[in-house]
Formats: sequence, structure tokens, C-alpha cells
Amino acid sequence: MKRHWNVPIWVGFAIVLFALVSYIPLFVPLAATRDVPWVTYLLFLAGGWLLGFGLVRAFRDPQHYRGKISGSILAGLSVLLVGLFLFTILYFGKQIPSAANALHPGQPAPAFELPDSEGKDLTLSSLLKSHRAVLLVFYRGYW
Amino acid sequence: MRSFQKHLSEFHDRGIEVVAISVDSPAESQRLCRSRGYGFPFVSDPDAAVIRQYGVLHPKGGEEGKDIARPAEFLVDSKGIIRWVNLTDDIRVRARPEAVLEVIDRLRPG
Repeated sequence: MKRHWNVPIWVGFAIVLFALVSYIPLFVPLAATRDVPWVTYLLFLAGGWLLGFGLVRAFRDPQHYRGKISGSILAGLSVLLVGLFLFTILYFGKQIPSAANALHPGQPAPAFELPDSEGKDLTLSSLLKSHRAVLLVFYRGYW
Repeated sequence: MRSFQKHLSEFHDRGIEVVAISVDSPAESQRLCRSRGYGFPFVSDPDAAVIRQYGVLHPKGGEEGKDIARPAEFLVDSKGIIRWVNLTDDIRVRARPEAVLEVIDRLRPG
């Protein structure tokens, strides 16, 4: 008897891969999915469900369906990739020190004189002279 | 930064300048600003001296154990007083320009 190609395994794995590679270009720029990547999580669930379905089928009914080996490999790989993603999002992203020392509203903003991207010195006092307020955005840098 | 660039005119309309601060060198910031078309100043604090003064240092947070800034936003009024601060506990989760503009409009007297 000819064994069928186990499509859900491959589609499931493709969805997991798509969820991973689409996160930065598609869902980080979107306000609704930037802070909590729920679309990515839903894609993981959909992909995982298909993979699981295909895998169960391959083991229960190996006369009809392929995928015992390829399905196991792809499922293992998916678990690894999703784990890595979750680790990055849920653990690594939160590895910043407490901001207990940060200045509070009501305190004077420390003056500064720092070079801008053209190498020209910029001072807080000169910025405040020509503006109603200044929003200072501290960021980690792109190294 | 991209989201602040998108809303930059709304900040400028309110007389507010956005200034980005990091330990990146001016040359690195210049590359970034040119490639992404950022229209607000990026200043360089390579020793993290100013970053430290504002209390937002992330010791050894960068490559090769370099001290960098933790993400944070401070709104400073024309008298040089901090009026609003946003501190995140997640590198990915930053203040949204829409939310900052709302705060600005609320703080605005009259």
C-alpha cells in the first residue's frame, strides 16, 4: 500500500518558521503586536497543533502515513526554535537593572553638553531655550 | 525610534524636541540617522556620564561588558525640570509616542 505524504507536519513546521521570521518585519512595527506578540503565539499554536496532529497520525497509522522520522525531527526543531524565541522575549528582554536610581518628576534635569551625530556639541540649556520642552529618549545603542 | 520619527511633526508642532541619547559614537549615530532618515538629534555619551546622572545606567549591559543606557524617556520642561519619566522593565517595551503626546497635552497648562 502506498503511504501518504504527511502534509500537516510540513505545513505546521512552515507556520512555525513563518511565525519566527515574520516577527521582526511584520509584528514589531505594529503597535498592537509590538509589546505582546500574540499573533506570533497564535501562529506557534497553529503550527504546533498541525505538527502534533501529523505526528500522532504517523505513529498510529504508519501503514498509511509517512513522517515518523521527519515529523519527529521537525517537531523537535520547532520546540527548540519556539523555546529560543520565548527565552529571548520573556527572559532576555527583562534582563535590565532596576531603575531605583532614576531621577523623578519634579527634580531638575542634569545639564549636559554632548556631540550630536554631526559632531556638533548640543546642550540641554540651548535646546530648552528654543523649545517648550525636550523629550530625552535614552536607548541601548546599536553598537 | 522609528515610531518617534513617524510622530515627530506632532512633537515639533507642540514646540517639543526629541533627543536620543546613547553611548554610540557620533559616527555610529550618523550612519543610523542617514540610513533610517531620522530628523531629530542623536547625541553621544560614550562614557555614560550623563546616562549615569539621570540614573539610567545599565552596567555592563553592552557588548564586551560596556556600560550602556537602559531604555528610558524623560520629559524636561523649559525651566529644566523633569515633568514625566517612563522606565520600562523590558528592553522591547518602550514608551509609545502617542502615549507621550497624551501626557504632554495633559501637562500643558491651559
